[in-house]
Amino acid sequence: MAVKKTEAALDPLFQNNPIALQVLGICSALAVTTKLQTAFVMCLAVVAVLTVSNVTISLLRDNIPNSIRIIVQLVVIASLVIMVDQILKAYLFEISKQLSVFVGLIITNCIIMGRAEAFAMQNGPVLSFFDGLGNGLGYSAILMVTAFFRELFGSGTLFGVTVLQLETEGGWYEPNGLMLLSPAAFFIIALLIWLLRIWKPEQVEPEG
Amino acid sequence: MRHSTIYTILFATLVCVVCGVMVSGAAVSLKEKQQFNAELDKRKRVLEAVGIAQPGEELTVEEVEQAFERIEAVVIDRKTGELVPSIDPATFDARKERVDPAASEPAPQNQAGLTRVADHAEVYLVRNDAGEVEMLVLPIEGVGLWGMMYGFLALDSDLQTVRGITYYEHKETPGLGGEVDNPRWKSFWPGRKIFQEGEVALSVIKGPAPPPEENPYVVDGLSGATFTARGVTYMIRFWLGENGLGPFLERFRAREIT
Repeated sequence: MAVKKTEAALDPLFQNNPIALQVLGICSALAVTTKLQTAFVMCLAVVAVLTVSNVTISLLRDNIPNSIRIIVQLVVIASLVIMVDQILKAYLFEISKQLSVFVGLIITNCIIMGRAEAFAMQNGPVLSFFDGLGNGLGYSAILMVTAFFRELFGSGTLFGVTVLQLETEGGWYEPNGLMLLSPAAFFIIALLIWLLRIWKPEQVEPEG
Repeated sequence: MRHSTIYTILFATLVCVVCGVMVSGAAVSLKEKQQFNAELDKRKRVLEAVGIAQPGEELTVEEVEQAFERIEAVVIDRKTGELVPSIDPATFDARKERVDPAASEPAPQNQAGLTRVADHAEVYLVRNDAGEVEMLVLPIEGVGLWGMMYGFLALDSDLQTVRGITYYEHKETPGLGGEVDNPRWKSFWPGRKIFQEGEVALSVIKGPAPPPEENPYVVDGLSGATFTARGVTYMIRFWLGENGLGPFLERFRAREIT
């Protein structure tokens, strides 16, 4: 395997971004990006689950019977997600309430199982760790940028701090309600993909 | 690599046992802390309705507990209005009960958009220094424009004067209907009156409302949020009416509950 640690960790940021290039994990990218704070906690949760699941699967890779490998991956991922959910409920209750079902839905986030099956099953634990970290950060980068625009233009705040004083609070800014609805995330992510492909034209799929 | 069937079954069993132990271990060891959080969260909501706390304001655990020394949570039977001492308010969950067929029923005809109502409700009695009930905090819920809105209404012990309102969960459009959780709008509520000739008369109107001295039965509308405002009006009508918490209010008025 010619993959290097730095490549494994940095490639998914822009070169091979799980959301922008592979278009995985879109569901949660729409749901939790109305506020930076919830997006940030979601990113931490996904990074944690992704790295630990990648390392665990990688350590077990030679022992997992091929016929049940997908189920084993799923069991490991689901257990990790439940633990993250429990920890959030115990220590970050407010945020876990806002994230509601979406923490649980990390189980079905295709990025995590995708990395387990496509990378951790073939590579050692150290490389898998960096791959998990990189893909988690790639996911996070898109989420945070999306949340930045949605919170700023939808609520006039960033991390809950008022940046654009709203009309209703005596300021001048009339918030854009669309930003807080799910389609806004589609538009922003689409624009990000567009910008990314202008910067890196090799990501453009051949037509025809 | 090929693995035998026995190995596959053993491996699967082992993975399940290990994962099961980890998950249940986490759930059991964190349970106490989670319940504490849920209870604290509910209490903060009540304090918002009473006006002791503002939404988004972070009260410390001590502050909440100190404020709650004068507040008693009780579970009541919605239809009879009687106290139900057998249900512990700390573990009572109205939302769970509402979807439990054994503990709820189809909602009677209403405009608040409710389809089912729970048989019980959790209300809060706020006492003054003399130990007399000074305010009641009542749960209210109903449909706004986009979905269910959940809140509390604080009512003076005269059962006529509003002392405060709060919405802690809603899906209304930010800047329009979402203004229900804006402290400025909530400040229009205290002093408004509920009942006129036995009927709930309070409503949220379009446009600005006169001060309570002139017309206490109306509250400032939320501009651009007709449906949300209507939802608020209807849910107050329902919950203070005979199908909602009316029976309990009757008993309180008759001084059966003090």
